[in-house]
Amino acid sequence: MNWLEWGFFGVLTILVIGGGLAVVLNRNLFHSALWLIVSLFGVAGLFVMLSAPFLAAVQVLVYIGAIVILIIFAIMLTRRMMGISEAPNSQWTLGLAAAALTFLVIAMTLVLASNGANPLIPREPLTQIGGESLRDLGVALVDLNQYVLPFLLASVLLEAAMVGAIVLARGEE
Amino acid sequence: MQQQEWIFIAIFFVIAPILPIMPIALPQLLRLAPRRANKAKLETYECGVETVGDAWVQFKVQYYLYALVFLIFDIELLFLFPWAVAYNQLPLFAFVVMVTFIAVLGVGLAYAWRKGALEWQ
Amino acid sequence: MVDSLVNLGWNRDVAFFVASLLGAVVLASFGLVWIIFAIWLERKLAGRIQDRIGPNRAGPYGLFQTFADLFKLITKEDITPAGADRHIYNIAPIMVVASIVLIFAVIPFSATWVGADLNIGVLYFIAVGSLATLAIMLAGWGSNNKYALLGAFRVIAALISYEVPMILSVAVPVLLAGTMSMQGIVHGQSIAYIFVAPVSAFIFFVSQLAEAGRSPFDLIEAESEIIAGYNIEYSGMKFGMFMASEFIHAFVISLLTVILFLGGWQFLGAGHPGSELFGFIVVMGKAMLVYFVVILIRSTTPRIRIDHMMAFNWKFLVPLALVNLIVVAFCARIFVPDYAAAQAVADGGGLGAFLAGMFGVGFIAELPRAALCLVANIGLWVVASRLLRQYSDQERDRVRQLIQERRDQRGQTAPAAAGR
Repeated sequence: MNWLEWGFFGVLTILVIGGGLAVVLNRNLFHSALWLIVSLFGVAGLFVMLSAPFLAAVQVLVYIGAIVILIIFAIMLTRRMMGISEAPNSQWTLGLAAAALTFLVIAMTLVLASNGANPLIPREPLTQIGGESLRDLGVALVDLNQYVLPFLLASVLLEAAMVGAIVLARGEE
Repeated sequence: MQQQEWIFIAIFFVIAPILPIMPIALPQLLRLAPRRANKAKLETYECGVETVGDAWVQFKVQYYLYALVFLIFDIELLFLFPWAVAYNQLPLFAFVVMVTFIAVLGVGLAYAWRKGALEWQ
Repeated sequence: MVDSLVNLGWNRDVAFFVASLLGAVVLASFGLVWIIFAIWLERKLAGRIQDRIGPNRAGPYGLFQTFADLFKLITKEDITPAGADRHIYNIAPIMVVASIVLIFAVIPFSATWVGADLNIGVLYFIAVGSLATLAIMLAGWGSNNKYALLGAFRVIAALISYEVPMILSVAVPVLLAGTMSMQGIVHGQSIAYIFVAPVSAFIFFVSQLAEAGRSPFDLIEAESEIIAGYNIEYSGMKFGMFMASEFIHAFVISLLTVILFLGGWQFLGAGHPGSELFGFIVVMGKAMLVYFVVILIRSTTPRIRIDHMMAFNWKFLVPLALVNLIVVAFCARIFVPDYAAAQAVADGGGLGAFLAGMFGVGFIAELPRAALCLVANIGLWVVASRLLRQYSDQERDRVRQLIQERRDQRGQTAPAAAGR
């Protein structure tokens, strides 16, 4: 990585971590949802840096364009969740410890799996999903020997999610 | 690797917000606009009557349902793009797979339709 | 440009950076400057179409009307309502303009004039466009106004719904061109895709109209029911930014339609290296043509109701787009463009040579696929419009019956009311 990439990486990391912290620390539920956008946007930038622009576009479209809007609609469904001044959960220290532990385990696994090499710098562009390699992804998705079954299963799974959500939402009325 | 293109995009992401900031900030900095706020002027507009409460109202579940159906569609549609890009090199089987995929999507749409999730009330 | 700077003795990286910066500034301001003209044009044309004169006081033909409006907006007091969520309230107008301006980065104005030819260009503009939806949400929330919030949420529900047929219809040019790069899609259009897949072009155009909040889908500013909706509390230049973004968006959707379906800078073999300016003129000319259609629709159609808007999307456009994608994929499967054979036809002389000379070899290669797709699309359109007609007849009968029932009821109760 040259200085330019380090610079981009630094800015994006600040966006991701700072946004994430703001989501957790903000008392205003709506503001939390908005900070989530900042964080997710940073993740999209990181995908671009890993030469996976397709995933970056998916990140913006699905996470920022759809999931955040879903979250905000969900907030609007609730009654008066704003302006809660005291922490509703007294066991947050426990949660923090659990989250930190999980992060450590995942990070260690990644570092160990990469045989001591810096996992931030892939030695071969494994994640090169864009342009020509996007084509490879398209071929792999519908190849009988590769991912066709998971692919179709995923579509059925999403379908089940939609059906379940509609049943739950309609049942409320 | 399209490094140069993405650097351009990064620059663009910095420039694009500056453009609208300028016309908004300039009149305020140069004091072109008057600044005589009073209590009545700053009130939230509500057809002339005094505002009651804040804007927070409980929204209907309908909005959530639309967002949800959209989310599912969004994810599934994005799967179509790698397939579409590679389409000319794929065997006939790929077409069959995609028809199945779109059919599953269609079944979901039909279900949402039948259940009235697409109805605006 | 980079090379000339390097020749002057600049560092290559610095030269690239300066060139990119300059390009970005020019490209981004282009949109903002262009709308000054576009707003005048739209008001003038809308006036003429509606049998009015339109702006005619400021300058010749009212050309300076936009400047007059601009100065008015600049000198207007900027009010932030008392209960507003101040930061969010201020970010919204910036974000709404920025998200539209960002789309300019991937639009190819000629064979080489393009900000950044991303290999996911198509997804980029869809993704960036979805940021505008968020900006509307910010505006609605930040104003702390019931109408603004209600309007914003209603509009967002509509906007995200129309994204579905939009993405589906964009998949068709991607499939035909075999690439997601905007430049690649233009290169693939030896035959403009509107002649190959007119149904997709229609779906794309309609859903883009809805995305841009243009009439008949201008519920985004339904002054009669929610007093302009999400931007109700904005004044001065912040309000101006919302207006500006609407006009830029209307022009951007024209540009996108031109790039994806009308062949971009291709015009009878134009856009060969060396005719950059001509390519630019072709793109802008086509875009103005589409823009004219947008104005025509805007100045003649009434606003449709929100439930109709949603029903039209989910019950007509989405199923149609799904079927259309399958149909086009099937037709593209039967005839894959064969450039070697097309070259042979072109070399064979006669009509083939004439066509190749006129439109390029790609035209001949694409012809069988295009013809089949066109026929299939027309068939699909006939079926779809038949269904639509049937449904609308049903609805009309239902409403008529309803009215009749009401009338009968009133007829029965009327004497009783009179007796009292």
